[in-house]
Amino acid sequence: MKYRESAAVVEQRQIAADIYSLWIRTERIAEEAGPGQFLSLYSKDDSRMLPRPISICEIDREGKRIRMVYRVAGKGTEEFSRLQAGDHIEVLGPLGNGFPLNTGKKKAVLMGGGIGIPPMVQLARELETEEVQVIAGYRDELFLTDELAAGGGLCIATEDGSAGTKGNVLDAVREQDVTADVIYACGPMPMLRAVKAYAQEKGIECWISMEERMACGIGACLACVCQSKEVDSHTHVHNKRVCKDGPVFLSTEVEL
Amino acid sequence: MNTKVMLAGVELKNPVMTASGTFGSGAEYSEFYDLSALGAVVTKGVANAPWAGNPTPRIAETRGGMLNAIGLQNPGIDVFIKRDLPFLKKYDTKIIVNVCGKTVEDYCAVVERLSAEPVDLLEINVSCPNVKEGGIAFGQDPKALEAITREVKKYAIQPVIMKLSPNVTDITEMAKAAESGGADVLSLINTITGMKIDIHRRTFAIANKTGGMSGPAVKPVAVRMVYQTAQAVKLPIIGMGGICNAEDAVEFILAGASAVSVGTANFANPYAAREVAQGLEAYMRKYQVEDIRELVGAVR
Repeated sequence: MKYRESAAVVEQRQIAADIYSLWIRTERIAEEAGPGQFLSLYSKDDSRMLPRPISICEIDREGKRIRMVYRVAGKGTEEFSRLQAGDHIEVLGPLGNGFPLNTGKKKAVLMGGGIGIPPMVQLARELETEEVQVIAGYRDELFLTDELAAGGGLCIATEDGSAGTKGNVLDAVREQDVTADVIYACGPMPMLRAVKAYAQEKGIECWISMEERMACGIGACLACVCQSKEVDSHTHVHNKRVCKDGPVFLSTEVEL
Repeated sequence: MNTKVMLAGVELKNPVMTASGTFGSGAEYSEFYDLSALGAVVTKGVANAPWAGNPTPRIAETRGGMLNAIGLQNPGIDVFIKRDLPFLKKYDTKIIVNVCGKTVEDYCAVVERLSAEPVDLLEINVSCPNVKEGGIAFGQDPKALEAITREVKKYAIQPVIMKLSPNVTDITEMAKAAESGGADVLSLINTITGMKIDIHRRTFAIANKTGGMSGPAVKPVAVRMVYQTAQAVKLPIIGMGGICNAEDAVEFILAGASAVSVGTANFANPYAAREVAQGLEAYMRKYQVEDIRELVGAVR
C-alpha cells in the first residue's frame, strides 16, 4: 500500500556541504517500507507542484520513523532543508520496488556513489547474505560513514584522495581486491554504467537503483521511463517505469 | 441538490473527470480512492498500435506548473481493450477514451474498434503538441479539424469530444470548425507549448526541447478560452487547465463548462480529482445552489 501522510519532522541536521539528514515520523509508511524504496516529498509552496522523490536511508519500524539523507539541489530541497523538529511535511510512500534482500548469494558488495550512498545504510542492515561489504565513493567530504561501517566492512573512495582509495568505487574494488557474489549499486549514471560493465565482465549478478525526472511517482504519467531489454508490463514496448517497475533493476535488464 | 450533468446524452453523476494523460487508465489512482467518486475517467491517449513515446527527460517543473513531452506513450488499442477497459468497468463512473493517431485512418481505426466496447464517450486528441506527426497537425488548421471530425463521426457509435489546442490565434474558429464537422462535445484546453532551459547544463530541460505547459499557471488562459468558446458554439464544453480545487472548477463552470477535468493537480495530490468533486458539493451548499447546471455559463 501507498500512503499520503502529513509526517512530523523528528530531526533535521546538515551532515556535509549541501547534504542533509531528515528523520520523520509516519503513521504507516515506515512499517511497510523497505531498503531501496523512496518517498515523494511535497513542497508547501504552491508554485512547486511536483513531489521530490527522495530515497530512504534508514527505517525504524518500531518507532515508525524514516530517515532520508538528501542533497540540496534546488528550491524544493532547499525548502525541505529548513524544516525543523515539530514541523510537518506531506509525504507519499513507500514507493518503488526496493532491493531484493534474499538472492541466495553468499557475499554482497554494496556500492554507493555520492547521493546514491544513503540507501546502502538500510540495505546493509537488512540483506540476508552471509557477508556484506560496503564501498562508498565520495567527491571529497565524507558522510554516513559510521552508519555504513556498522552494516559491514566499509571501504571508502574519494575523488580527491583525501580519504581511502583515490578514485571511484571501482578503483576501491580493484585496490582492495574486493570480490562479490552479488552487487547492489546506486549512484550517478557514469558510475552505474561502469559497475554494470564490471559485473558483466566478472559474471556477477548486479542490482542497480536508477534515477529519472518524475512527475506522479506512482506509475501513471510515464515521465520517468528507462530503456529496458525486455518488453515492459505497462506499454508492452521497452520502457520500464523507474518509479514503479524500479527504481531497482537487474543491471542486465536496462540499457544505461 | 443535483450534481448530475449531461454530455451529449450521457449522464455523469458529477461534472468532475480526469484530464487525459495524467491518470493513466485509473489503475494507479485506484490505490488511493474509489474511482466511482468521479463523474468520468478520461484515459491516456490510445493509438492503434503501441507507441514508445519520447526520450527522457520528459518533464520539467515550471513555476506554478510543468512542461511535459511524454510523446503519447501507450500500449495500443488491443492491450487497452483487453486489460484497461475491464478494469475501468468495475467502477461506477463513465469511461471516456482519449484517442490519438498519426493519420486520419489511425484515429478511425481506434474509434471503430471502440464502437463495440463499453465506452461512454470518445475524446479525439488532435492537440498534443509533443508528437511530430498527426495530433497537433489536425488541431491548428480549422479545415483539417473539421475534416477529421467528420471522418471520425462516420465510425463513432459513441458521442465524440474534440479536444482543442490552445496553440492557435483564435480558439473560436477551431471550436466552430469542430462543431461544423459534427462534434458532440468540446474539451479544452490541451497544454500550451513551452520551453525551459537548464542554465547549469546549458541545454533544454526536456529532451524534446519543447513541451506542453500545464498546471495552475495556465488557468487564466484556459478560463478565457472556455468563455470565448461557450459564446461561440452551442456544444457542451469540458473545461480544464490548471484546476487544483473546487474553486478553480467553479470558475470554469461559470465561464461555460458543463464539466471539468483535473490534470496536473493529480501529480501534486493523488486525491485531487475526488477533492474537487467533494468541494463542488460544499460550494453548492454554501451558496444554496440546487442544481449545478444553474452555474454553467452563468457569468456572461
